[in-house]
Amino acid sequence: MTFKYIFQLALVLTLLAACQPKADTNEEFACPMKCEGHKTYDQPGTCPVCKMDLVKVSELEASILDEDGVSEESIFNLTSKWKTQNNETINLSDLKGEVMVVVMIYTSCEAACPRLVADMRNIFEKVDNSETKYLLVSIDPKTDTPERLNAFAKENHLDGDQWVLLQGNEDDVREFSNVLSMKYKKISPIDFSHTNIISVFDKNGVLAYQQEGLGVSNDKLVAEVKSLNE
Amino acid sequence: MNRIRSFVILIALLLASAAVQAQRPTILKSVKGGYIVPLYGLDTGRVWIDDFQIDEHAVTNEQYLDFVKKYPEWQKSQVKSIFADASYLRNWKGDLTLGENSNPLAPVTNVSWFAAKAYCACQGKRLPTVEEWELAALASETKANAANDSAFNQRIVESYETPNTSFKQVKSTYKNYWGVYDMHGLIWEWTSDFNSVLISGESRKDGDADRDLFCAGSAINAANLRDYAAFMRYAFRGSIKANYNIQNLGFRCAQTN
Repeated sequence: MTFKYIFQLALVLTLLAACQPKADTNEEFACPMKCEGHKTYDQPGTCPVCKMDLVKVSELEASILDEDGVSEESIFNLTSKWKTQNNETINLSDLKGEVMVVVMIYTSCEAACPRLVADMRNIFEKVDNSETKYLLVSIDPKTDTPERLNAFAKENHLDGDQWVLLQGNEDDVREFSNVLSMKYKKISPIDFSHTNIISVFDKNGVLAYQQEGLGVSNDKLVAEVKSLNE
Repeated sequence: MNRIRSFVILIALLLASAAVQAQRPTILKSVKGGYIVPLYGLDTGRVWIDDFQIDEHAVTNEQYLDFVKKYPEWQKSQVKSIFADASYLRNWKGDLTLGENSNPLAPVTNVSWFAAKAYCACQGKRLPTVEEWELAALASETKANAANDSAFNQRIVESYETPNTSFKQVKSTYKNYWGVYDMHGLIWEWTSDFNSVLISGESRKDGDADRDLFCAGSAINAANLRDYAAFMRYAFRGSIKANYNIQNLGFRCAQTN
């Protein structure tokens, strides 16, 4: 019984200590993913849970991760809900933990989108890594229902669970486009004009690289995806 | 003595009513829809806008302060960088303190699009679209559509050249035909789909209007001054990103009828 109290007291003290600014001479280390909550170590090393290198507590505070280890620059801060081509409802944060290659398209598009989709497939083949997700987000959510996205995926050979096609509501699509700094406008009942951007997000949902334009070399983007996967 | 006391009571009452005022949502004014011809970008040339309602004035510092009190995630020290860059509420002294020289009744500026969107959503409203905003802004004091009123257009262009107008109070410029204040002359305003203005990358190659837009110099060839002012607004929209916070950029909310 007493032992339990001492343990709790120690725990409380550790938590309190974690909030105190540290002197440089007495630096403490913690897991960047906070796998063990606020547990700290006296020496550098690796986290016993996720095997990541421990970082200085002071640096951890500077990088501002919230309770769930989500960086404040992460798209996982968006709370919007989306439907996949398989009619499943997901949050963006459900995709956490894998590198993501993202493009915004619409399925009735005849000019740029087929080339963007071809680019995506090309990147997929070059990266050749089963841990990477490929997201196609529709800018025409009224037309692009999960059924339609599903048919589009089949037509374009976007098979397997690495390919995720998303329908959101118009507001959330607009918000998502703003996170990508992607621009689009409906110019007629069936057509949109839009910028052609393929974006890469790291495993924590932080934007790492963007490629703009059609028919540009994707070597740099592929290299970026590979290095994020290492 | 009695007089002084009643004066003090009067002041107290005024302050109290000001405090109550701050809690009250901004009055919405109805704007009649219709066709508008956007500056550029449509295949068909004109677009139908349904009737809608728009705030009679821009969101003030005081109103925004109320908002961040209720929603701490939008306080200066709490806001996430994906939603607002480091200039967010730059002039504020603290999370719940306006800047020393800030007028509580001046429009809030240095707010990002994400913040503006969240504010309106929390009032049960939304941001106006570019086209709704442009329609409401077409009105002068007396006409719903003052596109061909050269004196009015001259005034708009001159107001764009006047510096530091964002420190003035809301309702300090003109009230238009719809009963809406300060559509020009106080601040620039966020719209829900500001990023529908494509003036970067290949969009530049697509159409003449876009190319003209990209270089405002070609606006000299524009038919009238209305176009010149509109060029400036569209070029501005095309140049900003949703997490930007700018000294002369604020917002007002709208609602679907």
